[in-house]
Amino acid sequence: MRPVRHADGRPPIKRLLSPLALIAAWQLASVIGLLPEQLLAAPSAVAATGWDLVVSGTLPEALAVSLQRVVLGFTAGAVAGIGLALVAGLSKIGEHAVDPPIQMLRAVPLFGLIPLFILWFGIEETPKVVLLAIGVALPLYINTFAGIRGVDAKLGEVAAVLKLRRAELIRHIVLPGALPQLLVGLRQSLGIGWLALIVAEQINASAGLGHMINDAREFLRTDVIVVGLLVYCVLGLLTDSLVRLLERRALTWRRGLLS
Amino acid sequence: MAARTAELTEHVAEVRGLARELGGRQVLAGVDLAIRRGEFVALLGRSGSGKSTLLRAMAGLDNDVEGKIEISGTAAIAFQEPRLIPWKRVLANIGLGLRGDVPLERARAALAEVGLDERADDWPLTLSGGEAQRVSLARALVREPALLLLDEPFSALDALTRISVHNLVLDLWVRHRPGVLLVTHDVDEALLLADRVLVLDDGRIVHETVVDLDRPRDRLDLTAPRASILDRLGVISEEPA
Ligand SMILES: Nc1ncnc2c1ncn2[C@@H]1O[C@H](COP(=O)(O)OP(=O)(O)OP(=O)(O)O)[C@@H](O)[C@H]1O
Ligand SMILES: [Mg+2]
Repeated sequence: MRPVRHADGRPPIKRLLSPLALIAAWQLASVIGLLPEQLLAAPSAVAATGWDLVVSGTLPEALAVSLQRVVLGFTAGAVAGIGLALVAGLSKIGEHAVDPPIQMLRAVPLFGLIPLFILWFGIEETPKVVLLAIGVALPLYINTFAGIRGVDAKLGEVAAVLKLRRAELIRHIVLPGALPQLLVGLRQSLGIGWLALIVAEQINASAGLGHMINDAREFLRTDVIVVGLLVYCVLGLLTDSLVRLLERRALTWRRGLLS
Repeated sequence: MAARTAELTEHVAEVRGLARELGGRQVLAGVDLAIRRGEFVALLGRSGSGKSTLLRAMAGLDNDVEGKIEISGTAAIAFQEPRLIPWKRVLANIGLGLRGDVPLERARAALAEVGLDERADDWPLTLSGGEAQRVSLARALVREPALLLLDEPFSALDALTRISVHNLVLDLWVRHRPGVLLVTHDVDEALLLADRVLVLDDGRIVHETVVDLDRPRDRLDLTAPRASILDRLGVISEEPA
């Protein structure tokens, strides 16, 4: 279910009341000592610390390291996931070659692979990027493959009577037909991708957001931990709305159907 | 095995002994038919009698038919549902796969011929059923086929639009002179448009009426052939023959 929205796209004021009340209660509990700082810092402290971390350069530096991991892992995963889906989707031979191993990989719990990855790739950047890449690749593969196979066979007949060449068939019918499902996969990928980043950054990170949070834990700096979590939140929301924007632009042809 | 060769004969399409089994049922059991260059043939038959199956085979979409199909030149088909590519704008749908000079201009001209030039940049999902069928017609025509296969292209049209699209198809036929095989349920429609009306039943062509009348035709002149065809279709005609 989507929250009720006004025509201008903003949630109505009523929906903002309870979150604001919660934050106020949280602040109050901290001020009167009900909520000790070692457990959870006050909202005001979180805000101040956030500002300090930005100004001192700690947060931007950590963010840059984490973003680099995301970009690397995401790009590798997207290329692999979509590429393999094309191979499997466009031919029976490709399907027999590619699909079974991927279905097996899918059955393996992603985060259960971490010990192996540490043995194989050490504790530097590689295991983190690989974990992220696999997390991103799987949903993209599954959805793109299903999308390609789900393209209406009747449109394939149209392509045949219009004498489209195979490359044209793929470009004009198969890929655009698979795009809606691919975008669903992209959304799932980003969800898993952020999760994989957070988990991967707990592996002996010497830099990045995860490192910042781990460091803060040792010094009982709950304010820094909350700032780190908020940054993860914002990043997740940002990429989600990016995908939504992409969907709106790429799937305009559906608008006639929806509106 | 169906043989598809493109040799020049006086026929644009020749079908002999065409048989097709579907779901354990012999849907086509030896269909023979021939269409001359520029001839307008209508094909009648009950729902489920295999009309679409026959057209699909003639369009080269069915590799599991037995018998002989010879098409000289290109065949184009307008399917029973318009089957426009939803993510291609109207004009791009018509121009898709079009080779040769200025494909987009030819597509635009075809769109103008079916009276929809102002919808060139719209998405297919915004078209009405009848508009979509006209676009599908334009997409078949723009290929200037020697044989035009039309699978109930008027089924989604209201009675009024139907008349204007009848005239449109006749117009286009006169201008481009393809051989036409028009599938329809409507006996009157067949008699108004075609040079020859065939009836498909039990997997065979069981009846043929030659309509040797000038166009445009008057419905009143069609009473006699209508009665005999309805009789063939197993319908008791309420009008005197
Ligand atoms: N893939 C299939 N598998 C099994 N039976 C099929 C299949 N396709 C068509 N049929 C059957 O073959 C018969 C002929 O179908 P076809 O679509 O050619 O009929 P039609 O004459 O075009 O009917 P309508 O006028 O309703 O369009 C029908 O009984 C249909 O159920
Ligand atoms: Mg049919």
